[in-house]
Amino acid sequence: MNVFDVIGPIMIGPSSSHTAGAVKLGNIALSILGERCVKADILLSGSFASTYKGHGTDKALLSGIMGLSSDDERIRSAWALARERGLCCQFHPGSIPGAHPNTARLTLEGETGKTCEVEGASIGGGSILIHRVDGLAVNFTGQAHTLLIRHQDEPGAIAAVTNLMADHGINIGNFSLTRSKKGGEAVMMVEVDSEPDQDLNERIRRLPGIMELIFIKR
Amino acid sequence: MNYHSIQELIDAAEKEKTSISEIVIRDQMEELECSREALLQRMEKRFSVMQDSVKAGMAPDLRSTSGLTGGEASKMKAYAEKGGILGPFFNHAVARAVAVSEYNAAMGRIVAAPTAGSCGILPGVLVSMLEEGKASREACVKSIFTSAGIGIIIAEKASLAGAQGGCQAECGSACGMAAAALTELCGGTPAQAGHACAIALQAQLGLVCDPVAGLVEIPCIKRNASGTTLAFMAAEMALSGVIFEIPVDQVIDAMKEVGDSLPCSLRETAMGGLAATPEGRRLARQVFS
Repeated sequence: MNVFDVIGPIMIGPSSSHTAGAVKLGNIALSILGERCVKADILLSGSFASTYKGHGTDKALLSGIMGLSSDDERIRSAWALARERGLCCQFHPGSIPGAHPNTARLTLEGETGKTCEVEGASIGGGSILIHRVDGLAVNFTGQAHTLLIRHQDEPGAIAAVTNLMADHGINIGNFSLTRSKKGGEAVMMVEVDSEPDQDLNERIRRLPGIMELIFIKR
Repeated sequence: MNYHSIQELIDAAEKEKTSISEIVIRDQMEELECSREALLQRMEKRFSVMQDSVKAGMAPDLRSTSGLTGGEASKMKAYAEKGGILGPFFNHAVARAVAVSEYNAAMGRIVAAPTAGSCGILPGVLVSMLEEGKASREACVKSIFTSAGIGIIIAEKASLAGAQGGCQAECGSACGMAAAALTELCGGTPAQAGHACAIALQAQLGLVCDPVAGLVEIPCIKRNASGTTLAFMAAEMALSGVIFEIPVDQVIDAMKEVGDSLPCSLRETAMGGLAATPEGRRLARQVFS
């Protein structure tokens, strides 16, 4: 923790968890989609569901999906901006069993028809935790450069990726793996200390058994 | 930060014959690997946002997203201009704290200090010192490092989140942080800054987090006003040579213990305290109907 964690962030009010954290959830969902979003269905759970109107959580999530940062004054008029940009968005207050009180599940559709589903929680002070991407369990905060690599669960898949990273001088700070079933589809979550260049990401994408690489910049 | 108690910060400052802010600045230059200029500039930016939020929050027609609050900073400012009981300085300071908090509730741009819910206290204190001609801008910015150092220690030893420690963790912490900065700004010693922080914190020990409708408005905005006035009281007492009998680090430990023993209903869940009063519930229904 440093001085700017305590005196900061500079943000649009009223709540670091319900507003600033919600913008970040939207930002990460947009990174995962990887293109301009045209349609969003957002399920709100817990405190997000019961107080989103008063806290402007809807505007914050919407702003995040449009790529605004949490100190952007346009958050206040997010609905008008969304209409202008052709983003159609619907909010559904509901409940996700067992989820953190401030959880949202964002189902996004991009301009080329690409879709993604991202579930995450705003855990206080503007920090967030992403729990699920396209149904697969993950666990990352977005505070470090993060790579989500979808791949076939087979021997050597992890070594091939991490060896390439080592060759490029990229240090791994955190790593986790989840898989749907043995030999099925798996997701590596890799947090790295420095930003990987395009060349590295492309080389990882070309490795055998790699289906998709999503890079989420810190 | 390499310091883990307020006493360590005070000892280091006394040993080096300097201020707490200077100790924190040196520590953070190392931690963030940046120059003094870069560090001060980054903090200066935050102080500018605080000033802007004071100004914007004074608009008479300001209303929160829920419609529950707004426009009271403007009322308070008009009253302060006539003097009031304690004089214009005091009342303008209250107006500034309310302005920033109301602006926050209206989705304005603020600096969480340490949180959005307690964002009016540091500006209420420091912008007042600057605008009333009692301190230079440079000194105000520097003093924020004292506040930040104390905030980091409170976060480590107790909490800065209302959901965890009640309002004492948010407005209480902000008030302790502001009181220490103010004491340093007015020429107090590092030890006096510590006493000011302790006096401020003890005044809000046990303060619950009971926001009506779960929104950062009622009573949060007025708690920013009270936190601001308590920071001035604490600094004045410490500067007079008054001490707080319990060491400030032990006051923070007590804050942690008290926070842990608060029932869930009084930790930002809007299920107890003012939120659970008949009028609190009626307002909640009004917002969410």
